[in-house]
Amino acid sequence: MSNDSASSKQKVTSTDEFIKGLWRDNPVFVQVLGMCPVLAVSNTAINALAMGLATAFVLLMSNILVSLLRNFVPKQVRIASYILIIATFVTVTDYAIQAISVELHKSLGAFISLIVVNCLILSRAEAFASKNTVSKSIFDALGMGVGFTFALFCLGAVREILGNGSLFDIALFPNGFQSWIVMILPAGGFFTLAIWLLIINKIQTRKTKS
Amino acid sequence: MNTESLGAIFLNACLVNNFVLAYFLGICPFLGVSGKMETATKMGAAVMFVMLISSMCAYGIHAFLVAIDAPFLQLISYIVVIASTVQLVEMFIKKISPALFKSLGIFLPLITTNCAILGVALFQTNKEYGFLESIVYALGAGAGFTLALVLIAGLREQLNFADVPKISKGTALTLFIAGILSLCFMGFAGLGA
Repeated sequence: MSNDSASSKQKVTSTDEFIKGLWRDNPVFVQVLGMCPVLAVSNTAINALAMGLATAFVLLMSNILVSLLRNFVPKQVRIASYILIIATFVTVTDYAIQAISVELHKSLGAFISLIVVNCLILSRAEAFASKNTVSKSIFDALGMGVGFTFALFCLGAVREILGNGSLFDIALFPNGFQSWIVMILPAGGFFTLAIWLLIINKIQTRKTKS
Repeated sequence: MNTESLGAIFLNACLVNNFVLAYFLGICPFLGVSGKMETATKMGAAVMFVMLISSMCAYGIHAFLVAIDAPFLQLISYIVVIASTVQLVEMFIKKISPALFKSLGIFLPLITTNCAILGVALFQTNKEYGFLESIVYALGAGAGFTLALVLIAGLREQLNFADVPKISKGTALTLFIAGILSLCFMGFAGLGA
């Protein structure tokens, strides 16, 4: 493809790359990737947001580096080198969060380190960043990152409101509210995600019908 | 040093804090290969083996990194060990049983990104387990993973014949079952304490 047509095409597609991560290819609701952190740290809205942002940051940085190096990394060792790149940025994030808020670091626990094995990041590196230009990869990472954070927030908010009667630690209901303890427990994570998937499926089927 | 007994560590890792149903680790293969009983069992065995090897290596690596005072290399070296173990298992299975190799498909190399395995390595470091305790912990976690996988696979095989609403087919339904199973496993709380 010549340079001219690539750049003119890019103007149209950059926003597309961004938008697709938000809804059509939402990493959580549609692709069902990166489930472990989604379920594990979505018990409160603030945890969910922090986790989403941390993942988005790692995704962005690794996408940039992978797409910069895409012509230099031999095909046979590409997965190993992607994982090394991701692990490096996760270590950076881990130390950064510890520096910003020890409390947050404690409540997220080992799950920050576990961003390394988030299939979402590796799949974007393999499926997108290794084949596309840097600027496109940035938009892709931003879209996917925001989509992921959004999905995490949807789960975290529902679980905190029902399980704790609050949102961002602000009580929402009068004193009589009986909180649904099950929602903050592991089982609640499975149920909440399942219900979100049902809603999304319903919307999708209605769309294809009309 | 942690003072739990070995039996308690095993029970804790396997049932009370089941890796899949309480910690949400290893959900991807859990959703992906739990469609058939046979594949689920073998996947469980493969994961358990990788867990055991990587847990032993992680113990050595951790001791070494403490000695040279470079804790920031922890994550990177763990993941490299896991990736090489998986490669080993992959070659082994390909040689022994090509049919199994095919049925596990993409999920075999993806064991590398199975959070449960890295989780075992990280948790045992956090809990400051000794060598023997680490091995028991890894075995327990592997057994718990296999148990959860087999349970779900059995349920899903039965549910294939059930007439569920169209929108709940697939992942959503599996998540509902997983939620109910997770509730059941809460009954084990306090067992290993």
